[in-house]
Amino acid sequence: MKVLVAVKRVIDYNVKVRVKADNSDVDLTNVKMAMNPFCEIAVEEAVRLKEKGVATEVVVVSIGPKVAQEQIRTALALGADRGILIETEEKLEPLTVAKLLKGVVEKEQPQIVLMGKQTIDSDNNQTGQMLGALTSMPQGTFASEVAVDGDKVNVTREIDGGLRTVALSLPAIVTTDLRLNEPRYASLPNIMKAKRKPLDTMSPADLGVEVKSSLSLVKVTPPAERSAGIKVGSVSELVEKLKNEAKVL
Amino acid sequence: MSILVIAEHDNATLKGATLNTITAAAAIGGDIDVLVAGKGCGAAAEAAAKVAGVSKVIVADNDAYEYQLAENMGDLVAELGKGYTHILAAATTTGKDFLPRAAALLDVNMISEVIGVEAADTFVRPIYAGNAIATVKSSDAIKVLTVRATGFDAAAAEGGSASVESSDVVKNAGVSAFASEELAKSDRPELTAAKVVISGGRGMGNGDNFEILYKVADKIGAAVGASRAAVDAGFVPNDMQVGQTGKIVAPDLYVAVGISGAIQHLAGMKDSKVIVAINKDEEAPIFQVADYGLVADLFDAIPELESAL
Repeated sequence: MKVLVAVKRVIDYNVKVRVKADNSDVDLTNVKMAMNPFCEIAVEEAVRLKEKGVATEVVVVSIGPKVAQEQIRTALALGADRGILIETEEKLEPLTVAKLLKGVVEKEQPQIVLMGKQTIDSDNNQTGQMLGALTSMPQGTFASEVAVDGDKVNVTREIDGGLRTVALSLPAIVTTDLRLNEPRYASLPNIMKAKRKPLDTMSPADLGVEVKSSLSLVKVTPPAERSAGIKVGSVSELVEKLKNEAKVL
Repeated sequence: MSILVIAEHDNATLKGATLNTITAAAAIGGDIDVLVAGKGCGAAAEAAAKVAGVSKVIVADNDAYEYQLAENMGDLVAELGKGYTHILAAATTTGKDFLPRAAALLDVNMISEVIGVEAADTFVRPIYAGNAIATVKSSDAIKVLTVRATGFDAAAAEGGSASVESSDVVKNAGVSAFASEELAKSDRPELTAAKVVISGGRGMGNGDNFEILYKVADKIGAAVGASRAAVDAGFVPNDMQVGQTGKIVAPDLYVAVGISGAIQHLAGMKDSKVIVAINKDEEAPIFQVADYGLVADLFDAIPELESAL
């Protein structure tokens, strides 16, 4: 079966983001960018499905500026077979991203679409679910285990209070949580090999999707800073302060 | 304005996050209807009818909604939500699962994890793991939002007298099924609802050592959480994780034990009213956000704390 993985280029997770002085947005000038960590887990899972003989081809798609090719190449170095870049300079909202991915799903006809549960920039946690609705596919969100069984996939989901397993008819969408797997590092030979793997570029118009926006950013501010309090010298002093000063015990 | 709030419940009881979501709806203003979709969910619907500020409770009681599968819930909410100006659900793993599907079917965007209402079309939400706060204005005909419970007080669970009507809309996509569930059983309060939370980090050393935190927690009725480092090290299960990728908590008192204070963790607890940090490393970043810091070996301090309480 074919597996489609969607990946996004985002700020590197080690970088602390700063808000622009005019509060118009965050400042991403000269900031290190990388593949969204949840997307990396999705790529790893797809490659493992291929190694197990479940998947026959892993296609990776990204939507973004030309430089997002870097993240597609990273996925190819990790073991994906071929890449698709939907090139756009615009900042897209999840609904538009889901519509573009729907176009790719219709072209590629994958049995499983793997994607991260959210990106660490906009923290929306919407796109996989929206793609599910637009394609009428079932979804296993926040997955910690994925097991393909004939024409079904059993997905164990991390939910509030524990784990839940759902059985989904294929084709299905799976969004990854942190504990699904630990992504491998790309080896140098695989990085070299990835440069020769096919990577197609298309535009939103090629997929018949009109890029439009219904959300506008009014302002972006830094969060309220918490200032450091005091150091106490002993447990008894701590308990005394919590009882009499903070009044929370 | 007319607002549809999707109740979070387990058929028998209404979950607390629903009350915070109703407060967010009240901040928008307008009639508030609550949809209770489940199977044998009459008790949850009755509880919803008693919540202050609710006009009408719509009950969709059908096998198709027993486990609130996202496929069926998304279809139901998209259909029932058409006549409303706003559709709200709590930003829980259930709400986050089905609401984006409903939004896509209505061909509108969704605004996730709302922590503030500026106007009926303008909302505040954290981005970049809470390192920036965005104010977002929507021009969609129907505003679809998930609400972060810690951003709003709970509405009064009693005092309302909403009408209850049943909906006969049945949506069963037939492409997904519940298979099994493993829920952590605990007599302690739920992490996101507890007034006091005690969390352990990598400094706990192993899972057995969490026992000393459980003892303190049981003495003061606290919930026990953990940092991602402690979860990743396999000390405790994942559903105990507090942080950007775990649970977001804002209790009256948060005690961080053996937790260094990575941004990841701070994103999940920094809105707590009072933060206490106990760590033997006095340079640990957790002390920069703590109201009260104690530099000590946790294996001395925690038993001492237990006997002092």
